[in-house]
Amino acid sequence: MATLTLNRKLAVLADAAKYDASCASSGSEKRNSAGTKGIGSTEGSGICHSYAPDGRCISLLKLLLTNFCIYDCAYCINRSSSNVARARFSVEEVVQLTLDFYKRNYIEGLFLSSGIIRSPDYTMEQMVRVARTLREDHLFAGYIHLKVIPNAAPELLAEAGLWADRLSTNIELPTDSALENLAPEKRPAEIRTAMARLRGKLDEAKPEKKTRSKPQKFAPAGQSTQMIIGADKANDDAILTRAAGLYSGYRLKRVYYSAFSPIPDASSRLPLAPPPLMREHRLYQADWLIRFYGFDVPEIVAGGEGGNLDLAVDPKLAWALKERARFPVDVNFADREMLLRVPGLGVRSVDRIISSRRLTRLRLSDVARIAGSIDKVRPFITASDWSPGGQIDDVKLRQRLTPPPQQMSLF
Amino acid sequence: MLSVRLESPNDFAEWRDKARRLLAAGVAPANVVWRYGAEDNGLFEAGDDMLPTVAGAIGSVPRDFLTLAQTVIQHSDPERFARLYTMLWRLQQDSRILMNAADSANSLLTNMASAVRRDAHKMKAFVRFRTVPLAGEERYVAWLEPDHYVLEATAPFFARRFAGMNWAIVTPYASTFWDMENLSFGPGGSKKDVPAHDAVEDDWTTYYAAIFNPARLKVSMMKSEMPVKYWRNLPEAAQIAPLIRNARAMEAEMIARASTQPPARHLRQKAREISAVDELIQSIPDARAAIESCRRCPLYEHATQPVFGEGPPDAKVMVVGEQPGDQEDLAGRPFVGPAGQVFDEAIAEVGIDRKKLYVTNAVKHFKFVPRGKRRIHQKPDSGEISACRHWLDMERQLTRPRLIVALGASAAQSLLGKAVCVAKVRGEPIPLDDGAILVVTNHPSYLLRIPDAEGRAVERAKFLADLQLVERLMAQSEN
Repeated sequence: MATLTLNRKLAVLADAAKYDASCASSGSEKRNSAGTKGIGSTEGSGICHSYAPDGRCISLLKLLLTNFCIYDCAYCINRSSSNVARARFSVEEVVQLTLDFYKRNYIEGLFLSSGIIRSPDYTMEQMVRVARTLREDHLFAGYIHLKVIPNAAPELLAEAGLWADRLSTNIELPTDSALENLAPEKRPAEIRTAMARLRGKLDEAKPEKKTRSKPQKFAPAGQSTQMIIGADKANDDAILTRAAGLYSGYRLKRVYYSAFSPIPDASSRLPLAPPPLMREHRLYQADWLIRFYGFDVPEIVAGGEGGNLDLAVDPKLAWALKERARFPVDVNFADREMLLRVPGLGVRSVDRIISSRRLTRLRLSDVARIAGSIDKVRPFITASDWSPGGQIDDVKLRQRLTPPPQQMSLF
Repeated sequence: MLSVRLESPNDFAEWRDKARRLLAAGVAPANVVWRYGAEDNGLFEAGDDMLPTVAGAIGSVPRDFLTLAQTVIQHSDPERFARLYTMLWRLQQDSRILMNAADSANSLLTNMASAVRRDAHKMKAFVRFRTVPLAGEERYVAWLEPDHYVLEATAPFFARRFAGMNWAIVTPYASTFWDMENLSFGPGGSKKDVPAHDAVEDDWTTYYAAIFNPARLKVSMMKSEMPVKYWRNLPEAAQIAPLIRNARAMEAEMIARASTQPPARHLRQKAREISAVDELIQSIPDARAAIESCRRCPLYEHATQPVFGEGPPDAKVMVVGEQPGDQEDLAGRPFVGPAGQVFDEAIAEVGIDRKKLYVTNAVKHFKFVPRGKRRIHQKPDSGEISACRHWLDMERQLTRPRLIVALGASAAQSLLGKAVCVAKVRGEPIPLDDGAILVVTNHPSYLLRIPDAEGRAVERAKFLADLQLVERLMAQSEN
C-alpha cells in the first residue's frame, strides 16, 4: 500500500471523527505551564477556537488514531464492511499534530478516539500511549479527552484516567435491542460496566471530607457518553429515560445526543434521510431541564404527544401550555422552583429576579430588562403593574407563542 | 465644568485615583468631563490640577463594584469613565444598587462588562500564532483587532498557557511580548508586522474542512458564535464559502450512494470468526457467562450488569437476598453495599464464616428509578421474581445446598413459589422439595430503614436469633 502523507491521513481520520458530537473542553482541574516551561493550560471554562459551517464549535483536535476496525456496527462509517478510505496514525504523528496546532492556538487540546484493531486492549493501549507521551515527554498541560474501548482491561482505563481530563464510553443507541441489532459485536452490559468502573475510579479520586491526603487524580473533567438519535425507532421517552438512568448511575457530566446523519456507503438497514436536527435540539433542551430545572422525565415527555417531544415549541413551553392551571406566577413572591418553570426565564434570570425583588417591587419592564426578552414570559407571570388576564386560558396562546414555520438550514 | 484627563484608555488604577480625588472634593458627576489621550479640552473647562490628593479611604464601595469597574474600563465606549463615576457617586448614597438587576444604569454597566468579557474570550479563541525564526529558535506572533481594550488584561492568560514559547501579540492600539520569563507591553502595530502564512496552516485548513459534516449545515449558528468581522484574521475562514457551496451536493451524494460490496478484508475477517456453539451449562462459571445475555425480563435494559451468586461451588449453605442495589450493580458482586455490611457484621457476631456461604439474590438485575443524581431502589414484582427463578434454580442445582436462608419476602417468594409473610414463617426450618431446609428472615436492609434506635435494636435481636438458628443447623449438618 502506498504511504499516505500526514495531510492525507489527517483528512481521512478527522473526517472519520466528525460524527462524534462531544466537543467540550471545560470543567477540568485548573493547571497551567507557568511552572513547568511546557505548554498548555486549562482554566475551568473551555474555549471554542473556531466554528465549522455546521454550526459546531471546534475546540479540540478530534481524531481517530485509526479508522480500521474489526467491528461491523451498521451506523458507523468505519465499520469493517464499509469501503471508506482507511488510514492509521502513529502515536508520534498524533502527538506532533497536537503540539503544532496547540502552539498556534488553534485548539484547546486533543480528543482521541479509534477504530478497534487487533484487540480492545491493544487499541486502548495505543491511545493511552498518545496521552502519556504528551504529558510526560512534552509537559503538555492542555485538555485531553480519550474514548474508552468498553472491554479493554481495567488497568488500561485506570492509566487513561491518569493522563486524560475526560473519558467517555459511548452508549451509542437508546435501547439494548437496537444496539444488538445494529452493532452485533458490542455488548450493552460491557459498555455499562466500563461506565461503572469509571464511576468507581472517579468516586475514589474525590477527596474524603476529613482527610488531608490527596487521592490519586482520575479524569478530573469526569465522564460523558453519546447516543445516536433517529437511527432506530426509539421515541424521546426511551431516550430521556436512558439518559436519566445513565446520569444517576454513573455520575456522567454530559450525555451527547447525535442526530443520525447519513454516511457514505451506508447500510440499507438505516434511514437515509437528513439528520433530525430539531429533534436533537429539543432533546438537549429537555436534558437541560432535567439537570438544572428540577423537571423529571415523565413531566417533560407529557409536554409532547405519544412519548415524543413537541418539535414546534421548546419543552418548557410545551409543558407550561399543558399545565396552565399552575400559572400565572407572581414574580415578586413565587419561590425559586416555580420561577424556574416559567417559559423564557433561565437560571440566571431567576437568580437576578430573586436578588432584585429584595430591593424593589418588580414591574413588567424590570423583568424584561432582566430576562432580555419578554414575549414568551408575559402570559405566564404577574408583576406589580402587570396581570395577563385571560391570556393564559386563551386557546390561541400556543399559536401566538409558536415561532412561524421556517425552513431550516438554507444557504 | 471640570475636565479630567486620563493617559491610558484602560488603566483602572489611573481612573480610580482621579475618581477618588473627585469624590473627596465632592464634585458631582454632572460637573465632570472625562477625556483621554490627546483629546482637546472644551472651551469653558477647568483642568483637574486643583483636585486634592487622597491618601486614605474615601467613602466605601462594594467589592462587586471594583470587579465591575475593572472590566467596564476596557470597553471602547467613550462614556465609560463618566458612567463608572456616576455609579460610584450613587453608591455613596445607596450601596445596594448593584444587587438590583432592574436598575437601568446598573444593567447598562453589566451589559458593557459582558461585552468586554466576550471580546476577551474571543481574543483567547481567535488569536492565531504564526512562526518566525528567532536566534535558532522560533518566535510565535499573532495579529488581532479586538473591539475593546482587552489586550493588557488578557495577556497573562497567554503567558500561563504558552509559558514555554517566545511569543508576541500585536493589536492596533498596543502589543505584548513574552520571552519565557516576563510579560511586557509596547505600542500598537499593523497587520504587516506579522507573517502572512505559517507552515502548519495547510494541515489546519485540511482539518477544518474534514471535521465539517455537510448534512448538518447551520450557517447562522456559526456566524453568531464566530462573527464575520473576525474571519479576515482566521486562516481557516477561506474554506467557509466553498464548504457551504458544496454542502448540499455532498449530502445528496452520501444519501444516494447505496452500500457497496464489503471489502475483501471484511469477508476474510468474518470467516475467521468462530461461530458460537451453545454449550450445556454444567458449572457456576458457565451459568455466570450465560446470564450475561439474559433477556427474561426488562430489568437488564437499565441495570449495569447481572449480579450472579458468589461463593464455594460446593457450599452447604446458600443465602438468597432480594436483588442487587446500587453498589452491587456497579461492582457486579452481591452484598457489597450497606445492607451487605449489616449482613456481614451480623453473621460475624453469631460465628458464621462468610467464606463458607454461597451468596446470591432472587433477582439478578438492579431495579431502580432515576431521581436526579441517585438511583432509587424499587422492589421487584412477581413477574420479575418468577422470570429470574430460572437462574436461582440453576444455582441450587449446581451447588446443591443443604440449607437455604431467604432474606426478605422477595427471596422467600422465589424459593416457595408463592408470596408469604416473613413475620409468620421466620424462625422455623421449612423443608423444601429437594430435601434442603429453608430458613426465612428479614432482609438486612430492613434494619437500615428503621428510624429509631430502640426499634432497630429489637429487630436486630430477632435477626440475630434467626441467624443463630442458621448457625445451629449448619453445625448439625456438619456432624
